[in-house]
Amino acid sequence: MKIVGKKTRRVDGLSLAKGKAVFADDMPKKDYLYAKILHSPIAHGKIVSIDKSKALALDGIEIILTHEDFTPHYFTTAGQGYPEPSPRDTSMFNKTMRFVGDRVAVVAGESLEVVEEALALINVEYEELPTIFDMGDSIDNDTVIHPGKDGFSFLHDASRNIAANISEELGDVQKGFNDSDYVFEGTYFTPYAQQCSIEPHITLTWLDENDRLIIRTATQVPYHVRRVVAEILDIPVRKIRVIKPRIGGGFGGKQEILNEEVCSAVTLNTGKPCRLEYTREEEFYAARSRHPQKVTYKIGLNKDLMMQSIDMEILQNCGGYGPHALTVMSVSASKTLALYRAPNVRIQANAVYTNLPPAGAYRGYGAPQGYFALESLMDEIAEQLNVDPIELRKKNYFREGEDVPIAKVLGEGREGFPVILQSNGIDACIDRGRELIDWDTLKNEKKSGIFRRGVGMATVAQASGIAGIDMGSVFIKMNEDGSFNLNMGATDLGTGSDTALAQIAAEVLDVPVEKMIVISSDTDTTPFDTGAYASSTTYVTGAAVKKAAEDVLSQILEQGKKLLEVDEATIENNQVVSTDGQSISYQDICTKSFYTDHQTQIQAVASKVSYDSPPPYNATFADVIVDTETGFVKVNKIVSITDSGQIINPQMSEGQAEGAIPQSLGMTLTEHMIFDDKGRPINTDFENYHIYTSIDMPEIIAEFVHTDEPTGPYGAKAVAEIPINGPAPAVANAIYNACGVRIRECPITPEKVLNGINQLPIK
Amino acid sequence: MIQFQLNGKQVSANVRPGTTLLDFLRDKGYFSVKYGSDKGETGADTILVDGNMMNASLMLIHTVSGKNIETVESFAHGQDVHPLQDSFIEEGAIQCGYCTPGMVLAIESLAREKDNPNESDVKDVLAGVYCRCTGYVKPVKAAMNYLATGEPK
Repeated sequence: MKIVGKKTRRVDGLSLAKGKAVFADDMPKKDYLYAKILHSPIAHGKIVSIDKSKALALDGIEIILTHEDFTPHYFTTAGQGYPEPSPRDTSMFNKTMRFVGDRVAVVAGESLEVVEEALALINVEYEELPTIFDMGDSIDNDTVIHPGKDGFSFLHDASRNIAANISEELGDVQKGFNDSDYVFEGTYFTPYAQQCSIEPHITLTWLDENDRLIIRTATQVPYHVRRVVAEILDIPVRKIRVIKPRIGGGFGGKQEILNEEVCSAVTLNTGKPCRLEYTREEEFYAARSRHPQKVTYKIGLNKDLMMQSIDMEILQNCGGYGPHALTVMSVSASKTLALYRAPNVRIQANAVYTNLPPAGAYRGYGAPQGYFALESLMDEIAEQLNVDPIELRKKNYFREGEDVPIAKVLGEGREGFPVILQSNGIDACIDRGRELIDWDTLKNEKKSGIFRRGVGMATVAQASGIAGIDMGSVFIKMNEDGSFNLNMGATDLGTGSDTALAQIAAEVLDVPVEKMIVISSDTDTTPFDTGAYASSTTYVTGAAVKKAAEDVLSQILEQGKKLLEVDEATIENNQVVSTDGQSISYQDICTKSFYTDHQTQIQAVASKVSYDSPPPYNATFADVIVDTETGFVKVNKIVSITDSGQIINPQMSEGQAEGAIPQSLGMTLTEHMIFDDKGRPINTDFENYHIYTSIDMPEIIAEFVHTDEPTGPYGAKAVAEIPINGPAPAVANAIYNACGVRIRECPITPEKVLNGINQLPIK
Repeated sequence: MIQFQLNGKQVSANVRPGTTLLDFLRDKGYFSVKYGSDKGETGADTILVDGNMMNASLMLIHTVSGKNIETVESFAHGQDVHPLQDSFIEEGAIQCGYCTPGMVLAIESLAREKDNPNESDVKDVLAGVYCRCTGYVKPVKAAMNYLATGEPK
């Protein structure tokens, strides 16, 4: 291959490096109305009255919209395929407030200053209701967070505060435990953590010259935004155009319809352009985050270390509303239970409502929570049985050719599709990581003194898109200079998918990447794509790109043969070459096709939906030092080795792992959203919510092992999410190796470690 | 009326008191300077003031009177791309690119201030520019290559 797998500079690199006007807010100033949301100051209560008269009287205030202005239309803010598997439990403005930060009103005016002044003048009277903050108290609480039934479509039992439930069993788990020689159990907790894209949510809306609504927004899901806004505001899809420019990071946070509908409502009601940008503070409590989960695993094994039964129980806090409530839990289960083979498997999971902020999609989408539990427990089992943790794992992996039955049971809110593994590079990942971290030396050296060094590891899987649901489509046309337009709905959220997809097209068409002109994510000019989530773009849309490019290539060949008047020819170096030695260049083929001979536009469209979703695999190793006097954990080094099949762009793939690791280390050691006893957020800035900066970074080695996935474009599997699953359990396992303390709750703060050290019988 | 140098040109600004430099610059189309947070932690609003890294969102416009402001809009100096920017592209140090102009300015300020800066110096200045995509691995590499040679590798 000439381009796939080779270093390729990003197609958008130059404009980004130069700081050109490429992001949503980088627009020449229009006469925008500036909009801001009035957020609920209480965690649970009904709005009794809203007096906006003083605010409306201010000079420069154009409009204030509240629940009084709309007939409730229930939807989910989750940017998912239709019908959405998330409960339709919210409307644009609700009458009941369910968390501090819930939406009371939108105010729009001439300047941010006057809008902020107006926010303070809106007088809202609330009737406060009892609150639930602990997810353990939610089920069957006397307080019901979503008592109404009219208009809602629920997946599960609102009267019990259950937003979503999963209950599945393969085989007979209890019999499996009865037949096991050993049974182990552990419960683990992961907290609210925030995506923290550096660009906050921002939406601009205006009416074009034909009175169509234009939505320029930082989103991962432009087509879902169009569909949902049309539905909520009851306008035809044809009246809406959604444009996703470059976006400043998403990580799942922008897989949400968050403010697009409000900004649109202001524009439709006033006829004026509107701009709505979240502040950093709002990002923390009024956007989305990672669902806190309490995960219990129970595993039965025989003396030969082969697993007999796996029982998984999840309690998930979805906050005041349930976007992604079902599917995040489903991924926690399906991605972890696809790693190890056991004849009997059970999953019981509940997502429950509380009066805290609604969580949502965040890179890994449930898998990091599940793997923190599973891979911590695997080490605990190895420790108790006094066996090598790597050997224990290796005995139990699903292997190539094996059927992964859980995949069929747990789809995206409906039954999934069977998976037969066709590529699994986990052994090679482990072997390489073990060498790079110096496992055998560091694991076994004697631990003593104040500073104790330890190593830990974890192995993880993810998936490549959502089988049978994710769909990508592309359109390629040829230009007379031998270049090609590549138009696709796929959404590059900073990952570089525009570049990777251009590489795939260029490889097929036998041209340099510079000949590809990429336009993505504009609902008027690019064909449908479900959007950038579930690690789907390279695998799913990449396959659509390959299909369309192959079609174009065969048209070029056929047209070339017609123009050369020959029956047999091949394509070599941007030319069609006949067996008798004549040739015609791409440029000439296209120019003649436009203007003189056998006139036609060489072009193709293709769509791809995949019923396979092959798991990428990863082994993550951590080398840490624990200060036994303070409990402080310093991570020296993370080694992350991934099997993503054939890598399309090595540099960008490394970048995915290098960026995922500090996000995971944040959740592991420093990041969690904290609330006071009224449910008010405490740490809503980067002084108090610490994400990794350059000086916090450990040494990182991110590499890939090669496998060839027969169902993927050029053998590719997904990259984006999997590297975020491993660091948390690897670090927890390394801390145990260093000092003998097992922490089962993230973030692993110094006080938890020190408390653990103080409880050790022998320090 | 406030006068200062902006990317080598003298500008006069007649603006409302209390306007931040971030708002002023974005209003004038200098979109490389971006909002990331209200307290300057993210450094998406990084600019150079008399060669020093500063947060545009934390500076009121009247405080820059007589000073020399630089943003990456001035950076290529007539070339297609500045070697530091090219090094970022070459090393794959750009993902979403939202923080890239801030990082470029941070490293340039270091390059001007210190002879032979080392990796720890680079990490120190980049601590003022948050990035959630790259883990800083490739940006540090891009910076080191530029600082070592003035050219991308």
